[in-house]
Parts: sequence; structure tokens; C-alpha cells
Amino acid sequence: MNKIANKQVINDVLLEESAKDKDIIVLCSDSRGSAGMKSYAEQRPEQFVEVGIAEQNLVGISAGLAACGKKPFAVSPASFLSTRSMEQAKVDVAYSNTNVKLIGISGGVSYGALGMTHHSATDIATMGSMPNMRVYLPSDRFQTEALIRSVLKDEKPAYIRIGRNAVEDVYEEGNVPFELDKATLVKDGTDVTIIACGELVGDAKAAAEELAGKGISTRVLDMYCIKPIDKDAIIKAAKETKLIVTVEEHTMYGGMGSMVAQITAANAPVKVINLTLPDAPVVTGKSREIFKYYGLDAEGIVKTVTEQL
Amino acid sequence: MNLEAKALDIRKDIIELIYSAGCGHIGGDLSVTDILVDLYYKQMNVDPNKMDDPNRDRFVLSKGHSVEALYCVLADRGFFDKKELFDTYSKHLSKYIGHPNNKINGVEMNTGSLGHGLSVAVGMAMAGKMDKRDYRVYAVMGDGEMAEGSNWEAITAGAHYGLDNLTAFVDRNRLQISGTTEEVMTADDQEERWAAFGWNVISIPGNNMEAIDNAVEEAKKTKGKPTVIIANTTKGCGVSFIENKAAWHHKVPTEAEYQQALKELDERRAQL
Repeated sequence: MNKIANKQVINDVLLEESAKDKDIIVLCSDSRGSAGMKSYAEQRPEQFVEVGIAEQNLVGISAGLAACGKKPFAVSPASFLSTRSMEQAKVDVAYSNTNVKLIGISGGVSYGALGMTHHSATDIATMGSMPNMRVYLPSDRFQTEALIRSVLKDEKPAYIRIGRNAVEDVYEEGNVPFELDKATLVKDGTDVTIIACGELVGDAKAAAEELAGKGISTRVLDMYCIKPIDKDAIIKAAKETKLIVTVEEHTMYGGMGSMVAQITAANAPVKVINLTLPDAPVVTGKSREIFKYYGLDAEGIVKTVTEQL
Repeated sequence: MNLEAKALDIRKDIIELIYSAGCGHIGGDLSVTDILVDLYYKQMNVDPNKMDDPNRDRFVLSKGHSVEALYCVLADRGFFDKKELFDTYSKHLSKYIGHPNNKINGVEMNTGSLGHGLSVAVGMAMAGKMDKRDYRVYAVMGDGEMAEGSNWEAITAGAHYGLDNLTAFVDRNRLQISGTTEEVMTADDQEERWAAFGWNVISIPGNNMEAIDNAVEEAKKTKGKPTVIIANTTKGCGVSFIENKAAWHHKVPTEAEYQQALKELDERRAQL
């Protein structure tokens, strides 16, 4: 079992890159511990800004820094970053086109039993609805590293959501296929396509392996790039497989599955099933318990595919 | 340069622009004009041809609805073509929309939703400190805007980080769209509030050019903390029938009112 959380990877990459690039600035809202940013904050005090529990100010200050040539990473719980500071993200970042990278940590239902105040099950919808805001939900630690290294090279706004805890590897050291804004083909198949993002890509991959045992050839797409979404990969899957099942740690409206359905409906109609969190506060529990309850884990995905195919 | 004369000329441009476009926030434009004139014609180091100069002073119009005043100043200072502004402002497909937009030369940040500008200015001032540059950052806020909670996050951070390269103005014209600021949401203790948060506070008659300039000079000399200049202004300043009337927040003058406004401004100009 992998023990390295995606947030730790972000800390490590930024720590490494900030030694070479003095314009990289990390900002936290009393969130350096939960963000896994303690070692960065300790080792780069000149390139770290604490704003206190004030997410609106976190994003506004980040935009001001970016307007003066800095490369700010605002790292704060996804729940607050994607809603409390939504207007700053819209006006100061997306609309003003400032080079701010918004890193939503402990995303989705990572905070489990802490409840809906701490869940960010609507962040794809809120952030993705803004013109000029990109949205990324990387799956494992390797993809997270590739993504962060990639966005460090551009000067455009982006929102990146990661979970709280370490997740199973989807890829392996030295074999991490990654092209920015292109879905990663985790496994090819001809009967059904599972399109997943974030922590649930691992479940999609496991489900595909189980389905293979049942004689169902399953394609798995890691749609870490939710916006801009990889339209070509979706249309190809719609044309080449009989069913698409989307899996995401997000509510049912305005998430990745909605976008997939919108694209297939217009370009290559095919049956699309969205596996999502409900349009309601989720049941109490840890992430894995919540995923299982709503049928988002490997077992639930297998059940849906076998029923729907 | 005679800044008082320039401020009257800018006011005429504002009236002209709003009258020809048929829209605009005339009251707040006229209250903030003198502040903008002092900053753009005397105090700020900004060059229309060098807006990529990392050492330029930064300006954020947090009360973005006073965009007509900002546009008129920027156009007059050569940041963009004045005729293009007057021909297209707020018209279909124009780039000159009704709030500041940073696609326009001279505009640093998009504003319009209130309570955003000061946080951005804090970030700009912070970047100046990090890079050891001596540019200054100015943010102009409205008094009605002070009800926005996000401002107080920015005010706290500005003092916490001792940003003495940051100067905020509060255009204290005492009126907002629904009535007086005191009726809508108490704002009469601005000086005490900012001081309690650790800012250097200067309260001035805000349509007095000399007072504005002296306050900016004092802010530049103040070390260790940011400065706020509470500019006690008159909404609609310069045109008798617009002054101190909440109804003129974004009313458009009729032809007779337009002619009368220009006449009054010309008379004031002649008396200088």
C-alpha cells in the first residue's frame, strides 16, 4: 500500500522547484499542516505567506502577487476554497487571468465524518463553470507530480483538487503516461468504457480487472483533466464501446459525468451512466465507506457495468 | 500642472462620456476625481508605454463602478485613444465595459464586485516587499463598500505584514445607492476602525487637491504600517444639482442637465 499522499508530492515538488525559482510562493489559510505544507513553510519562509483563516483574502492576495510576476499556489481545504472564495476565484483569478494555482486539499469527502461543511462535492461544478478556469483532479501520486510540474510551466489559472489520504498507485515509477489536457488511457477495452477522475481511478482500474474475468473488455480513461475535458477521448470511447460509466467523487449535477454526457449526446449518442455522490449530504463515514455505500468503489462499478451492459 | 484645472477638465470628460453613452456611475465618479488626478498626474510613477515596468506604481480601483473617472484619466494621460473610448464606451462589442478590465492598457486588475480590490493590493504590496522594489500600491475604495467583510480580512493582513508601501483611500462621500451610508449600514467610525486594525489613518477633505497630495506624501513617509486616507468627499462634486443626491448614483443627465453641468464646470474653471 502506497503511504505517500498526493499533497505530500505537491509539497515536495514545490519545495524542489522553489529553490530554483524565487517567484514560486505558497499561501495557506491556517492550513499548512492539513495541506502537508509544513516542510515547505519551514524551509522556504521567504516564499511562504500565511493569511490566517480568511479564504477570500487568500485568493485575492494570490491574485495581487500574480499580477506582480509571482507564481502563487493558494493551498487550502477544497471545501472552503471552492465556495467561500469562489467569487475571488471568478473575478481576481479567472476573469483577471492571473497566474494563480488554486490547490484544493482534502477534497471531495476526504474529511468524512466531519460532514458537509467540510466536503467539496460541488467543486467541479463551481470552479468548472467559470470561463478561463481549468479544473484538474489527479488520481495518484505519480500523476499529481506530473501535473504540478506541467502547470508550473504555464501562466494560466487552474484549480487542482486532491484528497487527504494516500491512495493506491494507478501508475508506477518510471511509467507515468501524461500529456496535459489529454485523458490517460489506463487500460484499453472494447465493450465498456469507465471514465473516472481523482481517487476513484484506482477503483475503475480494479473494476476493469474484475470485469475481464467475466469476459467484459473494459477501457479505463483517467479524466484528470476535467476542464478542458478531453473531448476526443470521450467521442472515441462513445463510438468504440457500447456503454460509458463515469465515476467521480462529486455530486450528480455539474460534475465530470455531466460533461461527458453533454459531449456524447451531441457527438456520438451512447448510454452514459453517471456514478456520483447523491444530491444530498452524504452519509457519515470514512471516504472508502462512503464510496462503497454509493456504489462508487470497484464492486459498485462492476455491479453497474454488468447490470447496464 | 494646475491639478485643480485638470480635475475640472476630467469632470467635463466624465459628464460627456456618461451623457453620450447613456450610462455610468456619475456621483461616485465626481467624488473620486480629485484623488485620481493627484495620483495619475503627480504622485504615481506610471507610463502608458511602460506598463510592463516591474517598478511602476500599482493602482487598483476597488470601487470599480467609478470606471468612467478612471477611463477619462487614463485616456487623457495617453493610455489609450480618447476618441475610441468616447465612441464605443459601453456599446455593443466595445472593450470599454462598465467596470475596469485589465485587457485595457493602464488597468491592473478587473474589479466591479466590491470588497476585492484591497486584498489584491495587499498581494501587490507584498510582492514589492519580496522583490525589494520601491514601487507603491494604491487602492481606492468606496465607503459603502466598507460593509464588505472581505475588506477587513485585507485590512488585517495589510497591518500584519506591515505593508508601508500600500496606501488605501476611502472615498467617503456618505452616500450609496439606497441612501446615506449611515442609514444603510453604519460607517461613521471609519477612522477608529482602521486605526484599531493597526493602520496609519489620515482624514482629509477629499476634494481638496492640496490635502490629498499632502496625505499621500505623509503616507510615503510612514514606515512599518500601511496608510489609509479617509477622503471626506462630496458625491457628485463639482455640479450643483448632482452634489449630495443619492438619486445621482447612476442617473444619466438629460440634455438640459448636461449643458448645465458643463456650464457650471466651465465657470469654476474660469474662476481658478
